[in-house]
Amino acid sequence: MSRRLVAVVPAWNEAGAIAGVVDEIRSAVPEADVVVVDDASTDDTGAVAESRGAVVLRLPFNVGIGGAVQTGFRYALGEGYELAVRLDGDGQHDAAEIPKILAPIEAREADLVIGSRFVDGSGTYEPPPARRVGIRVFARLVSILGRQRVTDTTSGFIALDRAGIELFASQYPHDYPEVEATLVALRSGLRLAQVQVAMRERAAGTSSITFVRSLYYIVKVTLALLVASLRRYPRLEEARR
Amino acid sequence: MTPLRVSVIGAVASILLILVVLELVRGRRLKERYALLWLATGIVLLVLSVWRGGLNTIAGWLGVTSYPPAVLFGVATLFILLVLLHYSTVISKLTDENVDLAQRIALLEERVSREPPPAD
Repeated sequence: MSRRLVAVVPAWNEAGAIAGVVDEIRSAVPEADVVVVDDASTDDTGAVAESRGAVVLRLPFNVGIGGAVQTGFRYALGEGYELAVRLDGDGQHDAAEIPKILAPIEAREADLVIGSRFVDGSGTYEPPPARRVGIRVFARLVSILGRQRVTDTTSGFIALDRAGIELFASQYPHDYPEVEATLVALRSGLRLAQVQVAMRERAAGTSSITFVRSLYYIVKVTLALLVASLRRYPRLEEARR
Repeated sequence: MTPLRVSVIGAVASILLILVVLELVRGRRLKERYALLWLATGIVLLVLSVWRGGLNTIAGWLGVTSYPPAVLFGVATLFILLVLLHYSTVISKLTDENVDLAQRIALLEERVSREPPPAD
């Protein structure tokens, strides 16, 4: 049970929310080290996170959410952490649910756990209609290409074991990464589990996904999925066992 | 048959391109690696401009019967597309390397900040 746990929190201009996020993680999982990846914020995000006891990785320029998250996984890999959770810096993921999404990994039943908003009907998250369609279409597409039913591929609330940390430290898409990363994980042979989580409204700041960017999002992610399904990924089972 | 004036202008333009590229390489403002495709473009266009019979023959193969110099435009366009595509792959590689460096800097800075300051 003494496997070391790190919470990776990508943040870009989240000075208003980051203190609460770090505090919540530390009270929910006191044994966890909190790593905030400051993606070249122009506000005090890094300093605020540091004052709350987080390790802060400061990127010299903005590399996008995927590149920021990967920095955290590279840290986890280099520092020898056995477990990692990733949650957003805006406070939309409830840190109290970290033990819940870690459970399948601690039982050694999964390498990657997605905190999904749609596993059962109990979730209260109601996305706008257009986004709901997008989430469903990508979930279906990843399910088909990855040959396993996935309910929520756009969630940024995930947990990883060492095999998952190794995979995502070495390859993680740089922008709009979650959907493609899920498929890469499935094709690399990671065992995937899904746990129902709640989604809160943003504590502060604005979502990075504006209407104008949605079109780029859809086209980019679709292309990435199709290309990813044409690539070969080394299976990880051998390495793990 | 290709009008003589078109051949002359094509040849002069190709030679200019080759000279400009060579000068850029000489002044170290263009790496040999990225000059190769431009030089190939200049040489192919020069050959097609000067070798008038050849241009007509190739135009015949391609079914361009009315105006053989159109083949010159076609070949030039093709090479420019090749150069652009090549640059897109170069930019993609640079982007990946850039992000990798940024990540390493973030990781190293954090590690350095943990070290005690050197005693002097």
